[in-house]
Amino acid sequence: MISVIDLKICNIASVLRALDTLGLENKVVDDPKDIGQPDKLILPGVGNFFEASNRMRSLGWDLLLREKVLEEKVPILGICLGMQLFASYGEEGGQSKGLDFINAKVSYLRSSHENLRVPHVGWNDVSRCDMPIFDSLEGDNCFYFVHSYEMIIQESVQAAYSNYGVDIVAAVQKDNIVGVQFHPEKSQKAGLTLLQNFARRM
Amino acid sequence: MSLAKRIIPCLDVKDGRVVKGVQFVDIRDAGDPVEIARRYDLEGADEITFLDITATSDNRDTMVHVVEQVAGQVFIPLTVGGGIRTVEDIRRMLNAGADKIGINSAAVFNPKFVKEAAEKFGSQCIVVAIDAKKVSAKNEPDKWEIFTHGGRKPTGIDAIDWAIKMVDYGAGEILLTSMDRDGTKIGFDLELTSAISDAVPVPVIASGGVGKLEHLVAGIKQGKADAVLAASIFHFGEFTVGEAKQHMADAGIEVRL
Repeated sequence: MISVIDLKICNIASVLRALDTLGLENKVVDDPKDIGQPDKLILPGVGNFFEASNRMRSLGWDLLLREKVLEEKVPILGICLGMQLFASYGEEGGQSKGLDFINAKVSYLRSSHENLRVPHVGWNDVSRCDMPIFDSLEGDNCFYFVHSYEMIIQESVQAAYSNYGVDIVAAVQKDNIVGVQFHPEKSQKAGLTLLQNFARRM
Repeated sequence: MSLAKRIIPCLDVKDGRVVKGVQFVDIRDAGDPVEIARRYDLEGADEITFLDITATSDNRDTMVHVVEQVAGQVFIPLTVGGGIRTVEDIRRMLNAGADKIGINSAAVFNPKFVKEAAEKFGSQCIVVAIDAKKVSAKNEPDKWEIFTHGGRKPTGIDAIDWAIKMVDYGAGEILLTSMDRDGTKIGFDLELTSAISDAVPVPVIASGGVGKLEHLVAGIKQGKADAVLAASIFHFGEFTVGEAKQHMADAGIEVRL
């Protein structure tokens, strides 16, 4: 059973539809007290870091996720803003705290490189796909991105990159924690394979 | 490969059917939207855009059902536009499975709506659609004005100024349609496309006038567009999306094959 966390800041229907299509049992959890004992967790999201961070803390998600993920070692997949929330802090909407699973910050794309169109929208190749989530892609490593902020990692962890003028973090993994900046639920076959991998291989 | 240039088939939907007109009039039937969307997905479309051109709000539900059905089978980004006027309209389409929302006339009547929508749903979700028509005479410097109501009503607003303003208000992408070219199959208005592309920092989607695969290449190379949108060349079976992509790749453009 995969529990999909709904912070009520965005539409999570696409993720659910993709899981359903793959025949992966899932349920939506929008209240931390309903979390139970999930096999896996997915934290999806598009939206504003500051708002999401506040919401996580006011509802108690931050403490609960730290317990599930860091102590009980439940595998978690963060998608887009979900991945960004794994960082120590974010700068979108004013500085705010993340879950601090990964020593990283989340900054505006343009703050590090000039002349880039922001948001970074579209299909981009992901390099160095040596994490289990990238298994059996058979060379199809192109995924759909749409984001204006990027994760800047400040520790030594496994990461995959996409080139948008410079390399940006496309995926990150630290033990049972894995995050992707792109949207597997919108990345056709490659995206569905990735979700399948997360469900079966982590 | 770095970021691929996108090919986006566009489905104009009227009362639950895909239709295509010439310069926004003279409409002909092109088939079932769900079936067509599935075909484009299989052919490798990077995204699909639906424009609801249903005249009455009674048939708005039809569009919601179309989006729901497509989203359940097609796992690429879906943009829905046409008749989006309120935050509730946006929420409904997102719940149905849209990823991005195109706002056109409503932005002109109430520019703050774009701001409100971007704050609520994020810029990545808000595509401002601009229908522009050249208003300068031959011996004058190029000037384009925006039109509303499917190209029928002039507004007196300069297209470039408008694009800049919409990005300031939070538009995450600009879907730029040349009404002089729409349905004519003589190619994009490249001067218009590059002028807007140079003026704004967000991705620009070129639309209106594709009749040959070379036009797609020109839209990217001369028009400096980040994505190209086309309808009739795909609907009526002249080319597949895959052929279009191959043609672009052969011309040295990075695409997702």
